Amino acid sequence: MATFRIQRYNPEKDTRPYLQTYEVPVERGMSILDCLFYIKENLDATLSFRASCRMGICGSCAMYINGLPRLACETQVESLRTDTIEIRPLPNYEIIKDLVVDLSPLFDKHQKVKPWIISSDAVEVDRPTKEYSQSPAQLEGYLQFAYCLKCGICLAACPTVATDKEFLGPQALAQAFRYSSDNRDNGFKERISVVDTLHGLWRCHMAGACAEVCPKGVDPALAIQLMKRKAIFGHKEEQARLLEALLEATPIPGIPKAPEPTVKKK
Amino acid sequence: MRRYNNRLWVKGWIYGGNYGIERYLYTLHRISGLGLILYLLMHIYVTAARIYGAAAWEQTMAFLYGPAFKLGEYLLIAGAIFHAANGLWLIIIELGMCIGKPQRQEYPYVPSVKKQRPLMVALMLLAAVLIIVSGLDFFII
Repeated sequence: MATFRIQRYNPEKDTRPYLQTYEVPVERGMSILDCLFYIKENLDATLSFRASCRMGICGSCAMYINGLPRLACETQVESLRTDTIEIRPLPNYEIIKDLVVDLSPLFDKHQKVKPWIISSDAVEVDRPTKEYSQSPAQLEGYLQFAYCLKCGICLAACPTVATDKEFLGPQALAQAFRYSSDNRDNGFKERISVVDTLHGLWRCHMAGACAEVCPKGVDPALAIQLMKRKAIFGHKEEQARLLEALLEATPIPGIPKAPEPTVKKK
Repeated sequence: MRRYNNRLWVKGWIYGGNYGIERYLYTLHRISGLGLILYLLMHIYVTAARIYGAAAWEQTMAFLYGPAFKLGEYLLIAGAIFHAANGLWLIIIELGMCIGKPQRQEYPYVPSVKKQRPLMVALMLLAAVLIIVSGLDFFII
């Protein structure tokens, strides 16, 4: 048996959140999310929380569990090494109900840094004729940051977000670096004008909390420091080469020819 | 529909959860910075006594020789040493040094904040030694 103390808040009835206690029979291998489903199915159907994939892919079940924001689905009850588990909604957001918070500030900030490939050749992006070349080393320069789930855990951990509503936050700043360091992208100037501002890069003072709690190892703190480096020393824009399609390349002698494409060109 | 604002405000600086030491250095850096600014204002105010003549200056200086101001002065030097050491650490980190490079992540993840920890510990030890030495110089020697 484990004791779950869960923060409840019903906007129609309560003026302040309060803690409610539940007893859950915990078995080896149960995650916090399993326990929440147990409570909802057997003890209290009014408990609200957000969850979807239950395997750390969707980033819906982020909550504040025993003093750290984490994904409920990826947190084993056993790993907490205690029988008393306190679950609260993510800090630094508005609570809609119980453990459900409004993540729209996160998405608004994410959108502000233009999280997409901005190419100097707009026609090629719109109607691609060839592939872009990108080496494995170039891929590794940004791949780590591309694993961001948008779960919002880093903004809950950040002490700057706690007092500065306008601060873009670790998630958005990391995505600014992710797209700017992609060799297919030419949007550094557009993004730096958004992030090199009063509530941007320089509000980060390396508390490191975002990097510590990120459930996917995205490490926003690293991306922000590297973006600061680019802001200071400048950024070398490199345009990815357009590659000839393999079928049109000259085959190396001895290697069998690729079969004819089954879909004919128009 | 009514909503409950769950922003931590200043409580988020002091205690946000079970994080590493860097998050508390962040708070200490801000507090020591505010302390240094406060000192600067007081310093300008006190030295301004000189324009009211030598007698006013002597009187102010006599007032400042109390034990409370001696302790205050020590707190000032301790705050300045910490702020300088932490500031040096921040400059190194913000130039992208000692925090590792982007790479494929495999569980268990080793974030940048762990990679830079030896640098932080070294600088904080340096600050601690300087604070202790200045304490000896202030109160004992």
